[in-house]
Amino acid sequence: MSAVAAEASTGRYETIRIADPVARPTKIAAKEVYVHYGAKEALHHVSIDIPAQAVTAFIGPSGCGKSTFLRCFNRMNDTIENCRVDGVLDMEGEDLNDHSLDVVLLRARVGMVFQKPNPFPKSIFENIAYGPRIHGVAQDKAHLQEIVETSLKKAGLWEEVKDRLNEPGTGLSGGQQQRLCIARAIAVSPEVILMDEPCSALDPIATAKVEELIGELRQNYTIIIVTHSMSQAQRVSQRTAYFHLGYLVEEGPTESIFNNPQEKRTKDYITGVFG
Amino acid sequence: MNTLIVIAVILIVLSLVYQWGASTSRSVARSAGVKMHSRPVYYGLLLVLWCAIPAAVVYVLYSLFAPTIINSMILSYLPADVAGDPQARVSAMSRIQNLASGFGALGDVPDYERQAARALTSLRWTANLAIVALVAVVGVLGTLFARSRIGPEYRARNRVEWAIKALLITCSAIAILTTVGIVLSVLSEALRFFTFVNPIDFFFGTVWNPRFSSTGSGGQGDFGLLPLLWGTIMITIIAMLVAVPVGLMAAIYLSEYAGAKFRFISKPLLEVLAGIPTIVYGFFALVTVGPFFSGIGAALGLDVQATSAFTAGIVMGIMIIPFVSSLSDDIISQVPQTMRDGSYGLGATRSETIRKVILPAALPGIVGAFLLAVSRAVGETMIVVLAAGNSPVLTANPFEAVSTVTVTIVNQLTGDTDFASPQSLVAFALGLTLFVITLCLNVVAIYIVKKYREQYE
Repeated sequence: MSAVAAEASTGRYETIRIADPVARPTKIAAKEVYVHYGAKEALHHVSIDIPAQAVTAFIGPSGCGKSTFLRCFNRMNDTIENCRVDGVLDMEGEDLNDHSLDVVLLRARVGMVFQKPNPFPKSIFENIAYGPRIHGVAQDKAHLQEIVETSLKKAGLWEEVKDRLNEPGTGLSGGQQQRLCIARAIAVSPEVILMDEPCSALDPIATAKVEELIGELRQNYTIIIVTHSMSQAQRVSQRTAYFHLGYLVEEGPTESIFNNPQEKRTKDYITGVFG
Repeated sequence: MNTLIVIAVILIVLSLVYQWGASTSRSVARSAGVKMHSRPVYYGLLLVLWCAIPAAVVYVLYSLFAPTIINSMILSYLPADVAGDPQARVSAMSRIQNLASGFGALGDVPDYERQAARALTSLRWTANLAIVALVAVVGVLGTLFARSRIGPEYRARNRVEWAIKALLITCSAIAILTTVGIVLSVLSEALRFFTFVNPIDFFFGTVWNPRFSSTGSGGQGDFGLLPLLWGTIMITIIAMLVAVPVGLMAAIYLSEYAGAKFRFISKPLLEVLAGIPTIVYGFFALVTVGPFFSGIGAALGLDVQATSAFTAGIVMGIMIIPFVSSLSDDIISQVPQTMRDGSYGLGATRSETIRKVILPAALPGIVGAFLLAVSRAVGETMIVVLAAGNSPVLTANPFEAVSTVTVTIVNQLTGDTDFASPQSLVAFALGLTLFVITLCLNVVAIYIVKKYREQYE
């Protein structure tokens, strides 16, 4: 803790980076990202490359800034009063943090799944159709139905709900609700899906299903997941980044982070000494 | 002065009883060398309760039944011819009571009245002494009984809890029973009215012309509810047309757009509107708004009366705005933040989120708020008394003077009225109608609001 404070006052803390054994194309390159809540700096010069078609896990103790950082990728921090994000988030040549960028379109490209399943109080069909409707994706009713069906299939929920698409989404079980939310995010065909502790409100069986789904989605989407469960990070992710007190301490291939952590704090956290 | 002394004495006695209970529990604990079940406070309180409640019950019973008993005893002093005639009996009894209280009575006082008054004085004196003694004895007995039960095992804390629960139940019972009582009395008076006027003529009559009760002869006039009801409905509609859009949009702005600082300042400011007495709105309507509209009407070549359904409705709408906005604001704020996040996360804009997610989610609650606002508008009196023109005619033109149910109640009950005439009894029938309308609205509103609440829990 004092070491970190010293680093904060003297200048910089350099993140330890370990390259992937197999080179992956970079989807988003975050450079020198700072986040301030009012006068308080919550995130300090975070730089990280998010690989395409892979799952990147953000881990770290509560309040370490991992969710805050995740919310930079689709500018959800804009909705929080007196929150300021500085730095560059380069997604294939486009800066996501550029204030002239159309946030509404960005969020269609970078979808998000939240900690608590949050289906709208509408029917299952309407929940999925919401995104395509507001973005004008569907040409006609048949197309919309097709989008709903494919989204639900991709989220592995179609078989369970195909006979009750007109029932309220809130009537599903927690795990089904979360997969509904994933389907809802998929429906606008994003390139990146952000997941903020997507399984923390689910039981182990529902968690297993969502994790399995994440494994499948990785083929087509770039996924960033914030998780408190070390074993989940190990199971689903290819790369892991460890955050501590607003610093990105260490990032590298998941296996190497968990089997051979370079930093003492990373090691303490993943072995359960604290956090 | 006397009452003050009595209250002071009672308080002193009760505090002594409390001290006695508390100290007894301490000494019991000390002498037995054990820990009491409850803290001394509870033993003290329990003694107070045992002292006060039985005594209070005895006193209440006394005040309920004593006057009847004493009166029946005095009745024996009256000669048979006076006692036999109800009217004479009542007047004799009131004369006797005045004599006994030392006010004296007009005219000649017959011997029997003087005797009865003397008897009444002494009876009262005895009864008062007796009841004071009885209350004291009951209090002491209650205290001693509670004192005898104090012991380490005695769960005074739980008993006091029970007493608190009983107190709370009593309070809510008072609230409910009062409502029931009001309804019943209004109902019985309304039924009396319907012995004069056929309910069908009342509920479906289109002419309101009750005449004055003093006119006597020329029939009893027409009591048609419809012109009044229509006036109420028209003004309510106009008021809601003003209050709902403005109130709802203000609520949306406050809960979704406004910054914390602006919200902090403007919400109380808006609620100040609700604190303005309605009579102030009334003369605001009468003096400012009415002439303003009639001026505009004249400029446009329209005949707009200064006091009209329009004026009253607009001003009433302004009055209801904070009511609608405050309730809607609460309901919109209750929609979980995760709903907004979900919608923003899909790339919806703020107004899309409000229209497609937040309002549908909050709709039942908002409808409930509207119905509550309607029932306020229906029952509102002062503004319409001053600004609606008080002209009970059936008209579809909002720029004409109308009258409402509430205004008519005021008219029928003010001034010199004979409470047995249909002219004033009709007020109860009107009140009952109004009550049933607002009751139905409230029941529907509460049902909707409740259903909405269950959605997120």
